[in-house]
Amino acid sequence: MKIEILGTGCAKCKTLEEAAKQAVAKIGGFHSVEKVEDIVKIMNYNVISTPALVVDNVVKSSGKVLSVDEIVKILKES
Amino acid sequence: MFEWLENFSYIIVFNILNLEKHSPISEALSFFIYDTLKIFILLISIIYIVTLLRSYFPIEKARAYISGKNKITGHVLAAIFGVITPFCSCSAIPLFLGFLQARIPLGVTFSYLISAPLSDAVVIAMLLSLFGWKIALLYIGIGLFVAIIAGIIIGSMGLEKEVLIEVKPIDEMNYKEDETKFRHRLRESWEYSRDIFKKIYLYVIIGVGIGAFIHGYIPADFIALYAGGDIWYAPIVSVVMGIPMYSNAAGILPLVEVLTSKGMLLGTALSFMMAVVALSLPEAMILKRVLSTKLIAIFFAIVGFEILLVGYLFNAILQ
Repeated sequence: MKIEILGTGCAKCKTLEEAAKQAVAKIGGFHSVEKVEDIVKIMNYNVISTPALVVDNVVKSSGKVLSVDEIVKILKES
Repeated sequence: MFEWLENFSYIIVFNILNLEKHSPISEALSFFIYDTLKIFILLISIIYIVTLLRSYFPIEKARAYISGKNKITGHVLAAIFGVITPFCSCSAIPLFLGFLQARIPLGVTFSYLISAPLSDAVVIAMLLSLFGWKIALLYIGIGLFVAIIAGIIIGSMGLEKEVLIEVKPIDEMNYKEDETKFRHRLRESWEYSRDIFKKIYLYVIIGVGIGAFIHGYIPADFIALYAGGDIWYAPIVSVVMGIPMYSNAAGILPLVEVLTSKGMLLGTALSFMMAVVALSLPEAMILKRVLSTKLIAIFFAIVGFEILLVGYLFNAILQ
């Protein structure tokens, strides 16, 4: 799975990135977690409220800081 | 509504600390205790309710509504949506570009960008509980007016080339309805309110602290003399002072409350508050990544000028 965190660098984005890493550690396996700060890339996902969580190029949530458990749930469903 | 708090602060100051009545220190301290607690209670409950209601109006929904409307309707809608949708300064850029991607004109986008921090729903609720509905309504009306007019002016100047980043228009605006459960929203709103509170409580304490000092130690005549009504440049001074100060409007309100009760005219005080929230240097730095300095300067100049007008207008009407 390719997991991306979209955010321009505010505190919320960092919190979400941290939570995503913990979620990945929880479910195990090899998944890449990448922080996307390039505004053009963010726009290409059609996201206007950051931070956003993208799994395999699909936007799963935007404008929210998800908890570790919420991310685990999203990752298991994908 | 808050008499019990006032009594509580008197008990602490006079019965427990045994301070002399009508001395500056007891005036300042009882004001500090009373006002800090009052603002905290107001803030937490207001942020909680507003966040909960707002979770039903995501920005994506607002964007879908505004795109495709004609220009004037667009400006009005954008300004109104600015009041009800959440906005934090770190989402200024994605939001700005997202609007342009949806082919919403530059001027209309600016109407939203100005209205969103200016007429924050939390600020309006605070104004309502501190100053009453007349002032709150007047503030909303003027906030919308400033956002609409500034957006129209910027839109008419043909500044599209000042956007430094290439915007690829999108056509499909698939907005997925958020099906979050009500109980889930309650919890999320609570967590969000707690986060906001953690972020601003210090500012509130500092704001009230300064207010309490002014309240106890600086005679009303002093403020009336230097920042009061009859000085023609008072609103200008307050706007210039407000820009480098960056605070959440909720944090600056307690100070406004004290300043007006000490004789500063409400127009001057509101000019100050609007300058603090609508024109901030951090926001300019964020926007600099996508907008030319020229466009940012025009944006600041127009909004600053309008805020000044608002100050003078308020001072003239309410005299």
